[in-house]
Amino acid sequence: MAQELVLVVIKMIVVFAVALLIVAYLTYFERKIIGHMQLRLGPMRVGPHGLLQPIADGLKLFVKEDIVPHDSDRWTFYFAPILNLVCALVLLAVIPFSYNFMVTRLNIGVLYVLSLASVGTIALLLAGWSSGSKYPIMGGLRSAAQIFSYEIFLGFSIMGVLMISGSLDLVKIVEAQSKVWNIVYQPVAFVVYVIAALGELNRVPFDLPEAENELVAGFHTEYSGFKFAYFFLAEYANMIVVSCMAVILFLGGWKGPVLPGIVWFLIKMCAFFYFFIWVRATFPRYRYDQFMRIGWKIMLPIALANIVVTGVVMMLV
Amino acid sequence: MYQHISQYTPVLLFFALAIGFGVGALLFAYLVRPNKPDPEKLSPYECGIPPLMSVNERIPIRFFIIVMLFLLFDVEAVFMYPWAVVYERIGWWGFIEMFLFIVILLVGYVYAWAKGALEWE
Repeated sequence: MAQELVLVVIKMIVVFAVALLIVAYLTYFERKIIGHMQLRLGPMRVGPHGLLQPIADGLKLFVKEDIVPHDSDRWTFYFAPILNLVCALVLLAVIPFSYNFMVTRLNIGVLYVLSLASVGTIALLLAGWSSGSKYPIMGGLRSAAQIFSYEIFLGFSIMGVLMISGSLDLVKIVEAQSKVWNIVYQPVAFVVYVIAALGELNRVPFDLPEAENELVAGFHTEYSGFKFAYFFLAEYANMIVVSCMAVILFLGGWKGPVLPGIVWFLIKMCAFFYFFIWVRATFPRYRYDQFMRIGWKIMLPIALANIVVTGVVMMLV
Repeated sequence: MYQHISQYTPVLLFFALAIGFGVGALLFAYLVRPNKPDPEKLSPYECGIPPLMSVNERIPIRFFIIVMLFLLFDVEAVFMYPWAVVYERIGWWGFIEMFLFIVILLVGYVYAWAKGALEWE
């Protein structure tokens, strides 16, 4: 028993540290890739090719003064960023990076990820409300409405995968894809999932809560210092989790020839990161009414139709 | 995966680690960062002018409608997860049942659409 607990703690710390490292360097690569796409160099000054930039950024945020506006609800104002960060990081506990390497294996892995991701949304609402300022309240409400809207068809889009693999266990879902990846059986669901993921992550083209020209910075307008860094960390940790889930549900997880499983997993995950950054450099932002129309009137019926079609095809074949 | 401890023990430990990191780093930052508040610095952001009106203004009803629709569909999704997992075992009977369930919810969805609950003007 003690042996297993030690094993758990080691795995946990490895996953935690690697996740924080990936988050830090994700911000670097985002700036670098977008820089090159716009014919700029991106960060170059701190370290060779700006490689130490994320560390400098982190340190800067760490020693910045922490401003708590006088109209704010003090404890909620502190609680919200911590809740957001915790909800994002604990999702990593169930992600199977290879057949052997995961912190724990739950038979309800998919439900665990979806439910805790929803709790993270409440943190955004709390952050907006507790700031005691107008822009954060509007930004928080918009974030919540946006994430709730897109969560619905995110949930529906993975239903087809669950029907095919017959399990909520992430390991079994990957094992069911030994021969053919789910993306072949569920191409529509994959597209719906990726669009929902962009909406969930508040990424361009759906970064409406942070529409600078309307809402300053959305729900974290009043946040500064390390509390602001928590929102940032949580956003990128969510990006990791969403990419991991896409890899597990649709792209065969750690399955792949020659290379060891974990390398395949990381390659596929990085492809997703690159895709998200590429999208950010390419698309303009949607208007809020357009965004809601896409979610409720186009994506939701498509996702529901996909479930029915999958059901019929599975019965006939 | 583990024989002697529950599968949920690592989840709890992970929660403890994440909360510890979150609270610990904030406390540590509290020791090293400067703290020089003044009334202007602590006033809410309002593009450089003193804040006008209270923040507790009325909030558009749209947000409540969206959250209610979310609850409706999310509960539907909760019913669908167990159904999706055992789908291959329950066959056509299960398919027809779920089809009827979706149709009933679609009636509500079409009603909300016709009433303009999904419009955002």
